[in-house]
Amino acid sequence: MTSVTHTVEHKKISEVSPTRKLVMGIAELFIAMVILFGFVLNSTPGDLTRFVMTPGGIDVGAMGDWVIPTRPTLIALTVVTVAIGIFQLVKGFGRATNGMVGLSGLFLIFGFLTWQAGGTSVNLAGMLASAVLLAVPITLGAFSGVLSERAGVVNIAIEGMMLMGSMIGALVGSITNSTWIGLAGAILSGLILSWIHAVLSIKYKINQIISGTVINIFSAGMTAFISQKYLQTNQALNNPPLFPRIPIPGLANIPLLGPIFFNTNVFVYLMFILLVVIQVALFSTRWGLRTRSVGEHPRAADTLGINVTRTRYVAVLLSGLVAGLAGAFFTLGSVGRFNEGMTAGKGFIGLAAMIFGNWRPLGAIGAGFLFGFADAIGSKLSLLGSAIPPQIMATAPYLITMIVLAGFIGKGDMPAADGEPYEEE
Amino acid sequence: MKREPQKNEKAGDVLLQEINEPHEDQTTHKRSVWNVVAIPLLAILTGLIIGAILIAATSTTVYAAFNESFGQGLVTAWNEVITAYQALFTGSIGDPARIISALRSGDERAIRSAFNPFLESLVQATPYIFAGLAVALGFRSGLFNIGVEGQLFIGAACATYVGYAITGLPTIIHMPLAFLAGALGGAVWGFIPGLLKATTGGHEVINTIMMNWIAFRLTEWLLSGPMNRPGAGGMPISPLIEESAQIPQFFQTPIRFHLGFFIALGIAWLVWWLLFKTKWGLNLRTVGANPRAAKYAGLNVAKNYIIGMALSGALAGMAGGVQILAVNRSMALGLSSGYGFDSIALALIGNNHPLGVILASILFGTLRNGATRMMVVSRIPIDIVDVLQAIILMFVAAPAIIRTIYRLRKPKHEEETVFVSGWGGGQS
Repeated sequence: MTSVTHTVEHKKISEVSPTRKLVMGIAELFIAMVILFGFVLNSTPGDLTRFVMTPGGIDVGAMGDWVIPTRPTLIALTVVTVAIGIFQLVKGFGRATNGMVGLSGLFLIFGFLTWQAGGTSVNLAGMLASAVLLAVPITLGAFSGVLSERAGVVNIAIEGMMLMGSMIGALVGSITNSTWIGLAGAILSGLILSWIHAVLSIKYKINQIISGTVINIFSAGMTAFISQKYLQTNQALNNPPLFPRIPIPGLANIPLLGPIFFNTNVFVYLMFILLVVIQVALFSTRWGLRTRSVGEHPRAADTLGINVTRTRYVAVLLSGLVAGLAGAFFTLGSVGRFNEGMTAGKGFIGLAAMIFGNWRPLGAIGAGFLFGFADAIGSKLSLLGSAIPPQIMATAPYLITMIVLAGFIGKGDMPAADGEPYEEE
Repeated sequence: MKREPQKNEKAGDVLLQEINEPHEDQTTHKRSVWNVVAIPLLAILTGLIIGAILIAATSTTVYAAFNESFGQGLVTAWNEVITAYQALFTGSIGDPARIISALRSGDERAIRSAFNPFLESLVQATPYIFAGLAVALGFRSGLFNIGVEGQLFIGAACATYVGYAITGLPTIIHMPLAFLAGALGGAVWGFIPGLLKATTGGHEVINTIMMNWIAFRLTEWLLSGPMNRPGAGGMPISPLIEESAQIPQFFQTPIRFHLGFFIALGIAWLVWWLLFKTKWGLNLRTVGANPRAAKYAGLNVAKNYIIGMALSGALAGMAGGVQILAVNRSMALGLSSGYGFDSIALALIGNNHPLGVILASILFGTLRNGATRMMVVSRIPIDIVDVLQAIILMFVAAPAIIRTIYRLRKPKHEEETVFVSGWGGGQS
């Protein structure tokens, strides 16, 4: 009797809906067709692709170029992707479905690069390095989403919190001429906005998506207001110092990995530290267990003596903290000045990364890298002189977001009480 | 809706009626008029007060006066706020003194220009009406359409294309054709997330936002590539539309008041009729109010989601179309000043009812128009309007705050029209 119940439960967890199985299989086969018809048939036989494996401007951890034959590589990619697609359609990958779609996406991108650089060279390492940087705000946004949604509060205000964080970061950083105080200011602004979100959605129980929209509109208006009133009239207020690149002794000398992961921005290190911290805190501590139980079944948690309201407040505030940090990356870690609307939907893409990453930090960072890489391709493309207009290529991250979302909502490990206000009895 | 007891669907029909008309009680209906109006009015008032604080707090002259003495500071702050709000009023409604003197003089041109601020507010309100209706219709069908901005851009691009690429048509055909092309473009852009929600469960909030960004990039490419105006020198701008496609303006330039405002009123009536007087609308609202019950009543929930998103997108596309055909007459990237996000506030303040949306749109059009003058007079960035709108939206969405501030009593029966929660999106 017990064994029967067990198998049923097990099946339920690893089940992938038939629609999703079908959609993902077709998507993978479509990718294979794009590689075949778009790249293989348009490549010149005998061409060689040269990948430069050291980012520009770096001398530690240098590595020789990687030269591969263009057409055979592309054919190999096609064959493997077709195999993945057929296996997906016939048997399905179960829990690995997302990973396999992601892998196919990587093949598409890699195939595209191989084809573009056929007969010439492309700096792959430089592209990867910028992809990691572009992944930072998306991944941090996804972490922010994981923190609040695990406690059952949907946070679509991450975009607004990031925008506010980037503006405050630039402003405070410029006034104090300190990157760290600027960062603290950005985090504080994220905290304040998330506190408003918490009050509106936990205390007043208004629809969490509307409450998030209020914060998004407010941030867009307020940052533009302050930017026009102060930052644009007085350039000294919009000239924050940038976090320097910090090489980690020893690790920075590893070829390829060194320059990309260990000789970079402090935000990248923070991202990896947060990955470990959030993973451990959510899944191996008492606090994490309580937070997750509030997100799954607040009534049961309440019965067991957990303070649902307080747990949710803490989770939403932590979410705002991380979102503010993500915002600071734009002004203090990347651009060095604030522009209106500079987050450009990264907060929303972060949410998609969270969903794609199955509400788990590790999944979130994987999805973040995928989106970051798609972004890096889009921005590098104009330099390569491709036939596809850069604006069209720039839609890639958004298209990928929509494709990976298809059929995934409501499945996976979504917290059961996500988005539902809790009425105490 | 008639009941036909002989049919099998009887049970479903009764259920539908119970869902939609649970408290059809004349006495509560009468008393609730104040309840419906009080919260938005007090929300606007509170928004303006907070706006005043923001104006005073960011003014350097106020700080200088506070340095002299506290009383002087208060007086200056008060004056500063009054000047700004006076500019907001005269810029959006008109200067009463000027209107009276123009009416006395009887000069037709003077009268027209004295009334221009008000007419311009209506011009500003026109796209808001369409966009607000789009979100309201979405909410009524249980969908949160954040993609109005993108649908508006695509609609505008389609209307522009039909407006300049087709030549030689009479106005009576060309103008409606271009307008409908806008609606169709928006409908397609709304249909895609609707289809994704119905077939795969992908939440429309994320998908419409992604569609927004795709729409921006796509129009950027269209305007600098295939739809670029010859000789624009790389500027992303489209050719001027044909005269036969233009929606006429009633007076000579500078007065831009145009037929589109009345088209908007007509469409609003149409939406009201569709939602509240047809079986179609009943189905949409039933799915919106309670998808699970609608399913048991035998309604096709997925189909209604698709229809709802496509209609919502069509309305958003009209917003873009009317702006191109009546005001801009060619398309550039700075087409929208955030109509998409503002429209969410419009729909909620208007209680998702077409009449409420019209009133809220005129309010927002007035605010935005007046803010332009306020920017000139008091050097206050126009984005203060967004801040005001966010605050108003917050108070409308959380009436409990307003009730606490103004010590209002809680109504017994509160109508809830928004039914979107987590990522499940009512699919179950």
